[in-house]
Amino acid sequence: MASVTYEHVTKKFSTDTTAVDDLSLEIRDTEFMVLVGPSGCGKSTALRMLAGLEDITAGEIKIDDQVVNEMPPRDRDVAMVFQSYALYPHMSVFDNMGFGLKMRGSTRSEITSRVKEAGRILRLDQLLARKPRQLSGGQRQRVAVGRAIVRQPRVFLLDEPLSNLDAMLRVQTRIELQKMHQRLGTTFIYVTHDQVEAMTMGDRIAVMKDGVLQQVAPPREIYDQPVNMYVAGFIGSPRMNFLPVTISDHKAKASGLELNLPKAPGVEHGVLGIRPEHFLPNVSETDAAIDLKVEVLEVLGSDQYLYGKVGSDDLIVRVDPQLKVDIGDRVRLGLDMQRLHLFDAGTEKALF
Amino acid sequence: MAAVARVKVRRPGTGRVIGDRFVGRALRIYLPLLVMLVVTLFPFYWMAITSFKSASELFDFSVSPLWVREPTLDWYRHLFTQTNFPRWAFNTAIVAIASTLISLFCSILAGYSLARLRYRGADTIGWGIFVTYLVPPTLLFLPLTFVIRELHLFNNLWALILTYPTFLIPFCTWMLMGFFKGIPRELEEAALVDGATRIQAMVRIAIPLALPGILAAALFAFTLSWNEFLYALIFMNDSLVKTIPVGVTQELIHGDEFFWGELMAAALLGSVPVAVLYSFFVDYFVAGMTAGAVKG
Repeated sequence: MASVTYEHVTKKFSTDTTAVDDLSLEIRDTEFMVLVGPSGCGKSTALRMLAGLEDITAGEIKIDDQVVNEMPPRDRDVAMVFQSYALYPHMSVFDNMGFGLKMRGSTRSEITSRVKEAGRILRLDQLLARKPRQLSGGQRQRVAVGRAIVRQPRVFLLDEPLSNLDAMLRVQTRIELQKMHQRLGTTFIYVTHDQVEAMTMGDRIAVMKDGVLQQVAPPREIYDQPVNMYVAGFIGSPRMNFLPVTISDHKAKASGLELNLPKAPGVEHGVLGIRPEHFLPNVSETDAAIDLKVEVLEVLGSDQYLYGKVGSDDLIVRVDPQLKVDIGDRVRLGLDMQRLHLFDAGTEKALF
Repeated sequence: MAAVARVKVRRPGTGRVIGDRFVGRALRIYLPLLVMLVVTLFPFYWMAITSFKSASELFDFSVSPLWVREPTLDWYRHLFTQTNFPRWAFNTAIVAIASTLISLFCSILAGYSLARLRYRGADTIGWGIFVTYLVPPTLLFLPLTFVIRELHLFNNLWALILTYPTFLIPFCTWMLMGFFKGIPRELEEAALVDGATRIQAMVRIAIPLALPGILAAALFAFTLSWNEFLYALIFMNDSLVKTIPVGVTQELIHGDEFFWGELMAAALLGSVPVAVLYSFFVDYFVAGMTAGAVKG
């Protein structure tokens, strides 16, 4: 169990490619921290620097209060689950899981008992003698997790551990990993490009883009108060609608909509952000409203999505699946003013 | 699918098509194969039957030379009792095994480091090694002769054990580099995080996985050392330190007099170990060659 601190950490692969740019992040003891962002945003590099697999160009990484910049990976007492699982193909499941303990000089009997215990937790008891190539994808993934937990490390690092699983298994394993975190009470640092995994698993989420940390907050806060258009668009599915508006004092005007803002933002050009789920089916006299011209319908059973246009802007709206709508219809919907976001069109930062 | 297949079989003339196909296949594949087989195996056949012919039969041109009438082991007996052949075979084995082991040790370390460790100039060194391999031994033997003389190693098996790696290491390194590059980096990274040192990760993860490549490199090195002629000819003058290729050509041919029986017996025995090794490891060898070629 340990805390992890990144202090102004930068990683350059060459003079003109910066993978991680001045990252400062504190991960608390026993926390489940998710680093999320598109591929190439530096999240994996940040994790690999912590594991000791990449040199740090500038800044410091600490585990508890100890700076680990120059410490070889084996002395950091972290365990890592790789996206490809990286199971040793020439070793049995048992030897794969016991490898770390063996390297650390544990006795044979201790290795056996710890591997058996982990095997039991992960339902691998029957498979310990097999080689990795004789396992299914889900089993391999569990061996990779097992190899990490038998070590009882201070910090768990997971680099996209679910992305090679099919959709159903991914959901199931996601839940198992959360249970594992609760049971072990260890710090987890989890890297993913999937915002659903981030939202469901993280105690806190760190959103990264182009090597720069955008926002760190609990899932609710990331969803409710994104600091900029990037975070607002990345978290949430379908993504938030963005409508360019011109503003004069309290009034914001888009191509097909005009509304009174709760306060004057003090900019001329803004972008109005509203999530598909934050439209109101019933419009009262005082609410701001839109007329959506429906172009495509998606009925998913639990939800119904309308894709259409307001003025010249595209819009996605989630409505009650019972609502009878046809393509070509004009649907009048209210805007939930409490959930409305406004961004500065130039800096893309959130104004409210 | 089954229904479709049945329809096809019933179609008239199908039998003829199959027959034509068989003939075509025989003409295109098996006939050229047969020709090639005969061409490559004939010298071995000639070598083998000559070694079992008696002296009188060897030079009797009235009968077909393609068969042995009265097989005899005289030449073999003669080879083992009247010449230094047993000693040559022993020397060849010692030199081939020692230089193979030395070359493998160096090439594994060099190939691994060039494939894995990101140090300044690694690529340049890799290409340098490849270029070294392209330098022909006929160019190198003069400077090497000087070195061997300075080391006082003439007529000493060490002269060969130390010079063979000069051409074995570059090739083996290049080949193993390709193999190590083919092993996912993450496997070793996992080992490092798991608590292994770089050397432990290499010994426990990379080397076991590169074993086919290492075997192929070993086979290649062994064969080259076993058959090497030029350096052995220059550095070994004393009959007792000669290797098979040199001993056979120098001592079983006197001027224009060829001792055909002994020559062929010695050549046959000399090619046996290599042939046996190949038959065991041919799959590895092919895998090794292609992996080195594609991934290098």
